[in-house]
Amino acid sequence: MAEDYDVLVVGAGLAGMRAALAAQQAGCTVAIVSKVYPVRSHSNAAQGGINAALDEADSWESHAYDTVKGSDYLGDQDAIELLAREAPAAIIELEHMGVVFSRDEQGRLGSRNFGGASHARTYFVGDFTGQALLHVLYEQLVRSGIMTFSEHFVTRLVHDDDGRVSGALGLDMRSGERRMWTAKAVILATGGMGRVYEPSTNALICTGDGMAIAYRAGAPLMDMEMVQFHPTTLKSNGALISESARGEGAYLLNRDGERFMQTTAPHAMELASRDVVSRAEQIEINEGRGVDGCVLLDVRHLGAAKIMERLPQIRALALEFAGADMITDPVPIRPGMHYEMGGIKTDVHGATPLPGLFAAGECACVSVHGANRLGANSLLETVVFGRRAGEAAAAYATERGPVRRSPSLLDDESRLLNLLLARPDGIRPAALRQEMGQTMTVDVGVFRQAETLRAAQAALVEMRERFARVSVGDKGRVFNQALVSVLELDFMLDLALAVVAGALAREESRGAHTRVDFPRRDDAHWMRHTLAFHTPGGPRMETMPVAVTRWQPTERVY
Amino acid sequence: MDVPDYGTVLDALLAIREGVDETLTLRCSCRSHICGSCVMKINHRSALACKTKLQAAQERAGSGHPIVVQPAGNMPVIKDLVVDLEGLWSKVRAVDPYLQPTGPVPEREYIVSNEAMLNVREATACILCGACMSECTVLEVDDRFLGPAPLAKAWRFTEDPRDGADRARLEALSQPGGVWDCTHCFQCVEVCPKDVRPMDRILELRRRAMAEGFTDNNGSRHSQAFVDSIGSTGWLDETRVAMRSTAGLRELRGWVGVGWRSFVRGKVPLRHRPIPGAMHVRAIFQRAAANDPPRQVRRREQ
Repeated sequence: MAEDYDVLVVGAGLAGMRAALAAQQAGCTVAIVSKVYPVRSHSNAAQGGINAALDEADSWESHAYDTVKGSDYLGDQDAIELLAREAPAAIIELEHMGVVFSRDEQGRLGSRNFGGASHARTYFVGDFTGQALLHVLYEQLVRSGIMTFSEHFVTRLVHDDDGRVSGALGLDMRSGERRMWTAKAVILATGGMGRVYEPSTNALICTGDGMAIAYRAGAPLMDMEMVQFHPTTLKSNGALISESARGEGAYLLNRDGERFMQTTAPHAMELASRDVVSRAEQIEINEGRGVDGCVLLDVRHLGAAKIMERLPQIRALALEFAGADMITDPVPIRPGMHYEMGGIKTDVHGATPLPGLFAAGECACVSVHGANRLGANSLLETVVFGRRAGEAAAAYATERGPVRRSPSLLDDESRLLNLLLARPDGIRPAALRQEMGQTMTVDVGVFRQAETLRAAQAALVEMRERFARVSVGDKGRVFNQALVSVLELDFMLDLALAVVAGALAREESRGAHTRVDFPRRDDAHWMRHTLAFHTPGGPRMETMPVAVTRWQPTERVY
Repeated sequence: MDVPDYGTVLDALLAIREGVDETLTLRCSCRSHICGSCVMKINHRSALACKTKLQAAQERAGSGHPIVVQPAGNMPVIKDLVVDLEGLWSKVRAVDPYLQPTGPVPEREYIVSNEAMLNVREATACILCGACMSECTVLEVDDRFLGPAPLAKAWRFTEDPRDGADRARLEALSQPGGVWDCTHCFQCVEVCPKDVRPMDRILELRRRAMAEGFTDNNGSRHSQAFVDSIGSTGWLDETRVAMRSTAGLRELRGWVGVGWRSFVRGKVPLRHRPIPGAMHVRAIFQRAAANDPPRQVRRREQ
């Protein structure tokens, strides 16, 4: 089956839905394709809040500066300025759509403190801000009547003869039917790739599909080595304890009950930016001052009432998966893979170097997060750059003439999927995925060095070869999740190799990327982004300079 | 199989899918009860597999007995534990689930109290997992009922001080399939993984709809007839309540069979006499009507 639209959006999280709404508002016919129902998207999991300089005593310049500093000067300052300038309007728009933001005593929007921020500019809905935003955007999607293909999995982009992206191929998961969507512009908003690592705070759906699809189609992936390790994840299952705990005043303690952040960040303490806190924790653990491979997060001094009003979900999570009641006990936590700062390279309009292809949200790299994302800037990025990508894609689609359909491509893709299904019994994909994830965690984690990175690269190349013998354990058509998980693993192996290639290329320590063998930031050589291009023989690396508008790099002190 | 102490039913199912039978099909994603994908029946109760500890499920099943896992109820099964959710989505769409403000749009945010937002927040915690739809005893017999989650979503807008469409919403919700079709069985309250208490929202919607004057329907007539009967005689006059609950003679004719069977079983006394001490019951009703708004009465009962 085939369908024609002006703009096709892949992914129905915050960025995807915001982009679709913007494109429709600009007069385009729009469809969204998502491998899950929109409200199941991983934007749900953002707990803490969304940043904006809304307070009179705050300023967008301050927000932008904090973001630049947080990014360890790798963020593109033109993009960061836009992000900070457009943040207040984006939040007011969400409020008008119906988000039940917490209020202050005057009935105005109330904010909380967050890591790396010099002002309390994080606006929130309890500790389930992402869910609140996602459901409100879903409400707007319902209202818009935009055609939504839920539980459809996109496998490949389609090009016109002149090289412009003109749609996508995929699979209706429910029926097993192959699908083609023809469009004048495609926006990828497929979120992160957390499952490349094991463990990760990310949902099981975060397999970087959009990044891999764009990469294979020729779009470069930028700064993929910049993987954020969140300072507070549970040991048992890697679940996330939101930064809002520290925003509300939580302490981080080592085995001896010391607030060890005193040595690393005497001013910001627990609210230094995430890379700084995660590194400090890992040092405590590595040097024997941890507790069972963890450090402790303590909120007892906040009192039961505040914990129940402001942190109810995370108390429930800690109770469930760590057996600790935060009202009476400290919770053991450790750094865990959480977010990919890198992604499909885009400009400030969400346009990738491939004509007709746009990207927004975690799968994209504008770059506003640089080498380290500040908490509560990711929700902001989804709505600001989701809207911008939607508008730009609509403008592109309006200019562009009709797109030619190529039904033969659908047959080709169908044949490939059938070949995959017909593979004889071989390696189980889950085993290979685990191996990949553990390799990434051990060798491409908080601390890195050339030797282990090369070992990881060799291991991944070998896994890539073994992938040829992976088989699909379900031969049916209806809801074949085994087939989808093999396709996802194929994507993730490409992405893992791109992360390692970036980590090897960047011979310095900046933000989340800490090279033991290059312990200093090297502004003379590395005020540059890494770009990975897909080739059959593995990633080909290039670099390009960071956009600096008004803040020259200086030493980062928290 | 080796599953750790903190392991959940979801962990066990994934271990089976990845190590034993790759055709086992279930929806799941976040593993931390926020995405709502993995609702299913575990030991015959609707729950999120990621929120159900394996040990607790085993205790419930009884030692030596297997933990029984089934697809969610009241929805057609597609494959294994995957059900067709279209009913849920279409009913969510049916309640016009988006804010409809009236009046000029403010330049900044709407000024509303934190209490009002916290009140609405209780229902916005709903993740649309469908556990309540799966367990709803009305949906089991009547697919036209909107169901707990969509009605809780509707409640959220009627309570939102920024929404201006209360009357239209309450009128629509008073139609057949709406708030009056709930039978207060409490199942949705018990299985909700997010403490949304859908049934309580439905009862509040009824009170608000009646207060707004949407009383021309069997549900609110029934409710009023019930109150009048107890308030005057201290017990229920089934015949009178049945007659007053229906819209007219033609509709009443449809109930003749039920009435006759009830009569035969001695459930319809020929004369409805007040119970001894009925005046005390009357006094309670009078005081309640004179002094206390309904909510305070409820709180005292608790």
